[in-house]
Amino acid sequence: MSAAVSAPEGQLARVWQRFRRHRLALAGAFVVALLMASALFASVFAPQDPTLLDTSLRFVPPFTDWRYPLGTDELGRDTLSRLLHGGQVSLTVGLVAMVTTVLTGALIGIAAGYLGGIADTLLMRFVDTMLCFPQVFLLLVVAAFVPPTLLSISLVIGLTSWMEVSRIVRAEILHLKEQDFVAAARALGASRTRIMVRELLPNAAAPILVAATLKVASAVLMESYISYLGYGVQPPLASWGNMLTNAQGYFDTVPWLAILPGAAITLTVMGFNFLGDGLRDALDPRLRMDP
Amino acid sequence: MIGFVARRLLQAIPLLIGVSLIGFGLMHLAPGGPLAVYTLNPTIQAQDIERIRIIFGLDQPIHVQYVKWATGIVSGNWGYTFFGGRPVLDVILERLPATMLLMGSALSVAILLGLSIGILGAVRRYSVFDVLATTGALFALSFPTFWFGLMAIYVFAIQLRWLPSGGMWELGEEGNILSLLRHLVLPTMVLALVITATWSRYSRSAFLEVMHQDYMRTARAKGLPPRQRLLRHAFPNAAKPLIALLGVELPFLFSGALVTETIFGWPGMGRLFVDALNMKEYPVLMGMMMFTAIFVIIGNLLADIAIAAIDPRVRLQ
Amino acid sequence: MAEPLLQVRGLEVHFPIRSAMLRRRIGTVRAVDGVDLEVARGETLALVGESGCGKTTTGKSILRLIEPTGGSIRFAGEEIARHPPARLAPFRRRMQIVFQDPYASLNPRMTVGGILAAPFEIHRIGDAKDRAERVAALLRTVGLPPEAARRYPHEFSGGQRQRIGIARALALEPELVIGDEPVSALDVSIQAQIINLMKRLQAELGLAYIMISHNLAVVSHVADRVAVMYLGRVVETAPREALFFDARHPYTQALLSAVPEPVPGRRRARQVPQGDVPSPANPPPGCHFHPRCPLAIARCAQEAPAPRIVAPGHAVACHLVSP
Repeated sequence: MSAAVSAPEGQLARVWQRFRRHRLALAGAFVVALLMASALFASVFAPQDPTLLDTSLRFVPPFTDWRYPLGTDELGRDTLSRLLHGGQVSLTVGLVAMVTTVLTGALIGIAAGYLGGIADTLLMRFVDTMLCFPQVFLLLVVAAFVPPTLLSISLVIGLTSWMEVSRIVRAEILHLKEQDFVAAARALGASRTRIMVRELLPNAAAPILVAATLKVASAVLMESYISYLGYGVQPPLASWGNMLTNAQGYFDTVPWLAILPGAAITLTVMGFNFLGDGLRDALDPRLRMDP
Repeated sequence: MIGFVARRLLQAIPLLIGVSLIGFGLMHLAPGGPLAVYTLNPTIQAQDIERIRIIFGLDQPIHVQYVKWATGIVSGNWGYTFFGGRPVLDVILERLPATMLLMGSALSVAILLGLSIGILGAVRRYSVFDVLATTGALFALSFPTFWFGLMAIYVFAIQLRWLPSGGMWELGEEGNILSLLRHLVLPTMVLALVITATWSRYSRSAFLEVMHQDYMRTARAKGLPPRQRLLRHAFPNAAKPLIALLGVELPFLFSGALVTETIFGWPGMGRLFVDALNMKEYPVLMGMMMFTAIFVIIGNLLADIAIAAIDPRVRLQ
Repeated sequence: MAEPLLQVRGLEVHFPIRSAMLRRRIGTVRAVDGVDLEVARGETLALVGESGCGKTTTGKSILRLIEPTGGSIRFAGEEIARHPPARLAPFRRRMQIVFQDPYASLNPRMTVGGILAAPFEIHRIGDAKDRAERVAALLRTVGLPPEAARRYPHEFSGGQRQRIGIARALALEPELVIGDEPVSALDVSIQAQIINLMKRLQAELGLAYIMISHNLAVVSHVADRVAVMYLGRVVETAPREALFFDARHPYTQALLSAVPEPVPGRRRARQVPQGDVPSPANPPPGCHFHPRCPLAIARCAQEAPAPRIVAPGHAVACHLVSP
């Protein structure tokens, strides 16, 4: 027994060690934590009401008025407050869309991978078919069809982007299901559901976690696209995408109105992308891509 | 090889059927049905809508409608626009050259740049260049295309006044190649950014993988110069995943083109899509969905055939 | 023999080979091609043969982990070869398996306690507290401390992992345990410990074993009877002593002569079969062994030999052996 009593958290410790070496990933984790905190406490941090109009104070430049640290927009609304509340919206949509994506993708991937045969063929043909459409096309068409609420936007984004996840999960399951621990569960009389949920799913957790992180990034990006084109989050609710649309009209004279929300989107997407990349390297050295 | 091509063609058929089912289904999911423009318009009488419904064949059972619509797609009759009654396929095809020009130029720039960066990074692994390139690619992949486009317009068109901010020609200069090229620079740059990043990442890992193979060591051992080793031995083997990437990236390219075209007012298919969406021109929207999906299927087919042409093993599967 | 615990007759596992294009069946891999076996309560039957001879497939298809395509499997008198999963459930408790690779057979994301509690959860036995007690008892039975339940499989050595695998197999108090090369992945020094553990458990619990192995030294330690397989068929079945001292089938003789010292003090001229083992996708006609057999006659290529009884409990499938 003595040899076996190594650190119980050996695996986790190794993952953390690999992750720590990835400086961009650490930066990503920091940014993500910061964004989460600022979104969570948006109403506490926001100096003003984000919907408060004050037409006497339009286009205040950033860093000139302590009441409006990042200036005001064309209707005199405080930019910092709008950015903070827009972040709340973006992150909510990003997370809900990610959960939808991961649940759908993992479910279909596990079913296809473990059941095999006809179920696998049909499900994977469906995935192939969905992948023939450019995601933005699908997204915009469906987004134009349903009334835009935060939930509907998140669901639409989630339901048009699960295909990669299902492929990743299926590949993982195909590899796992040949392992003897699955045969052992079958020999004990375990049901298919139990094998899929209890035996296979936890073993596919690492690639699912990585995909989930990267999916938050792409969902935030997609939300800002469709909001920018007018089919996403509707005013007066602030979102980084629709802030950009508004700012475009005053682009040549007050560029900061466009620069700030765009920078916020970029920062968020980068944060999640770097975090996801670092997680992939740390959790699964096989998938490593960068030095 | 002929057998392989025939097999892949056969496999494309269920895909096409699936794509048409989804396209058709979406059209009928639209609020107010496919005739939303009319039904949501209060000035149009109920009996007029009924008449239009019969003209469009919407009074028939759903499967009859599908078969009619699908045969139309196959025979080139893609329906007519609500506004103007023009054939949908014509409307799409007249926007095709502009999109192809933009996608083609962006793809050429991106592949050339991405491949060079990737190969150099693989050859000089962990050099300063490699670390900068891979980090840069990671940054570029996180850049929202539309914001990058807006920033590019602000810097190059508004501040520096070097390049036009949008459109395809100056007014009255239609057909002037120089004018076209000046207009092409910014959209190409914006669309190429993300593709360059993807290509540099993929080509780097493809070449890294190939360069550790035994035949590369053999080539080196028999005294082949590095340039020869790279071109004759590494390239054909690394090309395979990259050609596959080309096929997989097509839908993504259309998505990117849509965003880029909207920002730069480029009169291509992406612009048409957004306009059709704003005007509830469902026949055009569905035509575009089908068109891009068929385009993607054909693109993937060609990529597969190209891979099989390079690698005899693929044919035998 | 009174009614055997397990009786296998004409067991077949054929895998189709399909064409890439239309998935037409273009051939068949006859992994198991008509196997007859019997196991009595409390005895150990060893199933031996080279890798690829179908012994593991035989074991797994008896447990219906691989679906048999033909033949009959009678367990305690009941035919189970074609039972649907629901009717199979009670037999899952009575037949268990210990796998070859103790690294692949334990779920890396479950604690040992979770792995050992699974049998009780699946068959809805006891509540959480009761299950924890049972897990602790199982661990003690296989010589591990009860604290092991909180740890993950990767924290254990190969031999300890195999003990966990055995504990899991024993959880439902089975009557038959199939050991699929249970010690071949372990260090030689550990092998004896595991073998002795399994023998002790057999004596205490009255288990019957099917020991699948290619290692004749192991077989000579544990087996009461031995069945020798070649290319999907059983060529010779005999009590242990008869097999090691009086092997009749030319293949068994060749197999024994390849072992450096099957039984101390005994020497034998080495007979090495000529050529390679043929593919089970395309087995030779007649006796599967005839292309490599030093004694083959014309009849061997035409007619598959039926097993003949040469002595009590000793059957040989060879045309050249007279009863």
